[in-house]
Amino acid sequence: MIKSGAQILWECLEQQGVTEVFGYPGGAILPAYDALKYSNIHHILVRHEQGATHMADGYARASGRVGVAVATSGPGATNMVTGIATAMLDSSPIVCITGQVGSKLIGSDAFQETDITGVTLPITKHNYLVTRCDEVARTISEAFYVASSGRPGPVLVDITKDAQQSTCEFDGKPIKPQLPGYRPDLSPTSEEYKQALELIHNAKRPVILAGHGIILSGAMQEVRTLAERANIPVGLTLLGLGAFPASHPLSLGMMGMHGEAWLNTTIQEADLLIALGMRFDDRVTGNLKTYAPNAKKIHVEIDRAEINKNVKVDVPLVGDLRAVLRELLPHLKQQDRREWIAYIDRMKGETAVRDIQNLPDSGHLYAAHVINDIWRETRGTETIVVTDVGQHQMWEAQYYKHEEPRTLITSGGLGTMGFALPAAIGAKVARPNAEVWVVVGDGGFQMTMAELATLVQEKLKIHIAIINNGYLGMVRQWQEFFYDRNYEATPLLNPNFVKLAEAYGICSCAVTQRTEVVPAVKAARQHNGPVLLDFQVEQEDSVFPMVPAGAGLHEMIRRPSPIVETAADA
Amino acid sequence: MLNTYVVYVENKPGVLARVATLFRRRAFNIDSLTVGRTEKPEVSRMTIVVDADHDQALRIEANLYKLVNVLFVENITNEPAILRDLAMIKVAVTQEARTQVFKLAEVFNARVEDVAPESVTIEITGAEDKIDRLLEVLRPYGVLEMVRTGVVAVRRGSKSSAVSTGTATGANAAEPGVPNEDVSYSV
Repeated sequence: MIKSGAQILWECLEQQGVTEVFGYPGGAILPAYDALKYSNIHHILVRHEQGATHMADGYARASGRVGVAVATSGPGATNMVTGIATAMLDSSPIVCITGQVGSKLIGSDAFQETDITGVTLPITKHNYLVTRCDEVARTISEAFYVASSGRPGPVLVDITKDAQQSTCEFDGKPIKPQLPGYRPDLSPTSEEYKQALELIHNAKRPVILAGHGIILSGAMQEVRTLAERANIPVGLTLLGLGAFPASHPLSLGMMGMHGEAWLNTTIQEADLLIALGMRFDDRVTGNLKTYAPNAKKIHVEIDRAEINKNVKVDVPLVGDLRAVLRELLPHLKQQDRREWIAYIDRMKGETAVRDIQNLPDSGHLYAAHVINDIWRETRGTETIVVTDVGQHQMWEAQYYKHEEPRTLITSGGLGTMGFALPAAIGAKVARPNAEVWVVVGDGGFQMTMAELATLVQEKLKIHIAIINNGYLGMVRQWQEFFYDRNYEATPLLNPNFVKLAEAYGICSCAVTQRTEVVPAVKAARQHNGPVLLDFQVEQEDSVFPMVPAGAGLHEMIRRPSPIVETAADA
Repeated sequence: MLNTYVVYVENKPGVLARVATLFRRRAFNIDSLTVGRTEKPEVSRMTIVVDADHDQALRIEANLYKLVNVLFVENITNEPAILRDLAMIKVAVTQEARTQVFKLAEVFNARVEDVAPESVTIEITGAEDKIDRLLEVLRPYGVLEMVRTGVVAVRRGSKSSAVSTGTATGANAAEPGVPNEDVSYSV
């Protein structure tokens, strides 16, 4: 059958199982939008193309399926850059489709022309420029395959206007990707397996470093078996949260810059690190020179370019985590490490006394209270928390206990403010039955709050908890600790968030007392529609513990005990 | 130390930019890069020389493999190989000096490609250090202009870095281009 490139595009997306796309129309992508009438795909109109990419990202992270964002050429395409870079650093499978000026105009600085394949070269896993309608089908098939296989990542497909408009023969049969140079499936040698097992069996003080790769690979059960059989405690990276149940006796919580003190100490004192699908990011290691000085390291990782990048490892196991563990587990011996685990438990006990949760109500509302209360109210239900970036993100990681994978969606690697609201929309679209909470700072919220309109337009029931401290809190904290409390450009003049929400027809209220938190959360959950809660929290609270940038992982700044109410009181 | 890579890539628009961007992005400094056709029209071959230590060299190889259009990578730094650079050197010569320059060219097995009243252009092919030495002895006469291609390399013996290019799909995408057993994948 003769079809236009635009028709072929939507048909191929349907073949890939796409049911929703997030997009914004414009001149160079108009033929594709016109052809939407032939498709069953639901197009969600966003308010800014950055939002479309974060939604596709949130969709992918919530579901494991590829998220799709659509934009026009020029500014439409460049607005996607932040979202693409976010997906790249967090290995999130998204496909971005952009319109491009007619192929004959390429290079002429035509209206709304940007070399978007050039711009996104270093921030995509791969990208394509399609100039002919008969290339559309194969490209879409390859784009989805590349985005979702191996270490997932964003793929951009730039399609010229004439490629969308012109017609060619299309039989509707799925086209296989032709990628002779692409090899997403490597596996370790038997010698490497042997060495890894030997290290595990000989270790006295091992710890598992559990990362995002576990969730991407679907290796939760295998990791649990590994930990339980060999009795190895498990620390998690920010993006790893949910890969191992927080309530499990072997779980040590989050590691790194704002990780749990006992876990950071455990890593520093360990004699073996078993890194599973994580990449030794600087936020996780602190100073590399003093990182886990006595530990041998096993690194299970699908991307071999990560091996020895930051931390020199003794045994690399390059391959899909689930496949590697399945190979390893039958040879793994039952082991007892009671002493090591008891030692870590003692450290946990010492730290708990500093926990803000265990302090009497002083009338101050702390972000930690809010997040912990949201967790208490939603525990046991299918709830996805989507956070923004900053202090509230770290408090979420510390005080919301994630039991299941894909229940925390957060921008880790790129640390993209403005991520939360659009990503939550994507997550809700992907999993309409899940309860979705946005935990966002007053700063980040204002970066992408235009997407409130998208949320209302799509009639999505999402709960938004603004952790409003009137500051760009994390930056303020750095200014407090390292810049002599010079709060330059961090105090925020905020709009009335409640009135703002009402303007969009969103139910809203402000919460200022600790006693009001639970009733507000309960009311929000019962309300039939989206709710925005403006939690006006302690302005100058800081996230503890904190490993200052460049310091060793054990050199943590701890929460002063007894607690100092605010920095100003100190 | 200088590492020499033989890299086979798909002959498609923009592939050179992808390779170049990788080196810029990861802050590896390219010493020389050559690219040209191979015996297969759909495949181009690059020779890339990079200053890198052992760990960096392995990471460069792994990062090159991550590029979807890269078919095969081999670090031939420690392999017996023929490495050749080509230079064309335009030397200022007076009437009297011309014969001396001809003699020097002869000693280096270089060819005189052009003779003009006040200059001579010499073409030389060889290992980089041989060209460096010719350049050294020509300098006193006055080098007006010089161009070098950068190194191209091929392994000695019957063992080749050649790549097979089938059409790969899905799970067997790993098959084509997979090099000999002695190239370690897991670093």
